[in-house]
Amino acid sequence: MQRVRMLVWKDLVVEARGREFLGAMLVFALITIVTLNFAFDLTGAGKEASGSGGLWIAYLFAGMLGLGRSIAVERDRGTLEGLTLCPVDGGSIFLGKLISNLLFVLVVQLVTLPVFAALYDLPALRPMVFAIAFIGALGFSGLGTLFSALAAGSRSREILMPLLLFPLAIPVVIGCVRATTLVFEGNLSEAWPWFNLLTAFDAIFVAISYVVFDHVLEE
Amino acid sequence: MMNATSTTRQRAAGSDTGMRVLAAATVLTLTIGLFMAFVYAPMDAVQGQAQRIFYVHVPMAWLAYLAFGVIFVGSVGYLWKRDIRWDQLARAGAELGFVFTTLVLITGSLWGRPIWNTFWTWDARLTTTLILWFIYLAYFMIRSYAGDAERGARFAAILGIIGAVDVPIIHLSVQWWRTLHPQPVVLNTSGTQLPNEMLWTLLVCFAGFTLLFIYLLILKCRIESVRDRLADREMEALLATPVAEPRRDLVRAADVSGGSEE
Repeated sequence: MQRVRMLVWKDLVVEARGREFLGAMLVFALITIVTLNFAFDLTGAGKEASGSGGLWIAYLFAGMLGLGRSIAVERDRGTLEGLTLCPVDGGSIFLGKLISNLLFVLVVQLVTLPVFAALYDLPALRPMVFAIAFIGALGFSGLGTLFSALAAGSRSREILMPLLLFPLAIPVVIGCVRATTLVFEGNLSEAWPWFNLLTAFDAIFVAISYVVFDHVLEE
Repeated sequence: MMNATSTTRQRAAGSDTGMRVLAAATVLTLTIGLFMAFVYAPMDAVQGQAQRIFYVHVPMAWLAYLAFGVIFVGSVGYLWKRDIRWDQLARAGAELGFVFTTLVLITGSLWGRPIWNTFWTWDARLTTTLILWFIYLAYFMIRSYAGDAERGARFAAILGIIGAVDVPIIHLSVQWWRTLHPQPVVLNTSGTQLPNEMLWTLLVCFAGFTLLFIYLLILKCRIESVRDRLADREMEALLATPVAEPRRDLVRAADVSGGSEE
């Protein structure tokens, strides 16, 4: 646990000094939310459904932008080689990377949710929306961190990342969009099954990724 | 050395007899299945002749998902034992699975057009199969983009495990998503209401297609094994050839171009 904390700390320090990911992800999420307004009607009738769809598309894209590069950067700088030489197992490296990626996505969500609520006049600042945002972010960050490592070891990284993440993260997309829509519509009780599905998804895939991560890193 | 080759040959000959029996059984069962599908099974009262595609479509759907199970077994086996034969099994399963998934989507659309009046509907089963098709594509891509074969096998095995666990969850989530919406078309293929003739035809077709799958899987595994051995031989031959003398003309040309830049 101590090691995981060190790994997370390392990523946060790197980000604080270089400011590579967070700013870009944040601006990208905002511009996606604004651009989607021109693609769908996010203000008229049924805006609860299209609004939550737009919100999650923005998070998925922004998350992918950051996640996709998070391990490729380490590989290019030789940090990954250093980490594999350290006395830490692959699972800890995965957890460290997952937590720092998750923190970036959460910051993006914390900043964009009030903006989203203001722009589209939707009740996006409820505790349940934050809970769904967290559990959904954990879902696609978990798979995203694993796939980021796979893509970093391959050619055409930027292309590979969405091709891996989009089909396999479909339960997260459906779950988050449906749950958020139901909360926007005021159906809190109906959102719970989705929330449980998302929690189960997170637990399953974080566990599998933790186990198989050693096989990704070996050279 | 002589002994080794002769036993290999004997084994190959023995399994070839087995393969011939399997091939004959496959052809026989599929022929009976086709006969039953077109002649024995009664015409559907509502759907007419179009319903007969059912006997091809449903067994193929079963194989599309069975093949991902084969990938899962091969992937776990490979990551655990690191024996290339497990990876060959996964590769064989992936290729067959992709073919059958594509065929399911095509035959389904052909069936849907006259019956539902549309090629596609966002029903849970259709949607899951379409996503399965994309996962197969991702599986091939990660293997070919990984660079060398060993890393490709490792990465593909990881995706194989993740995908196999994910497909049931995807199906569940799509099903929930659909049932919370008004359903545009109600699928009417509940197996319990099938007349006996139709059920028997379906079972024979299931058996025939499964035999075909096993036959192709064994064949494909052998092809992959031969391909791996060929790649090894090529590598050996490449390493055995002495390093060629640097070509003088090229070296001089490089010198000249290097000099002109300065």
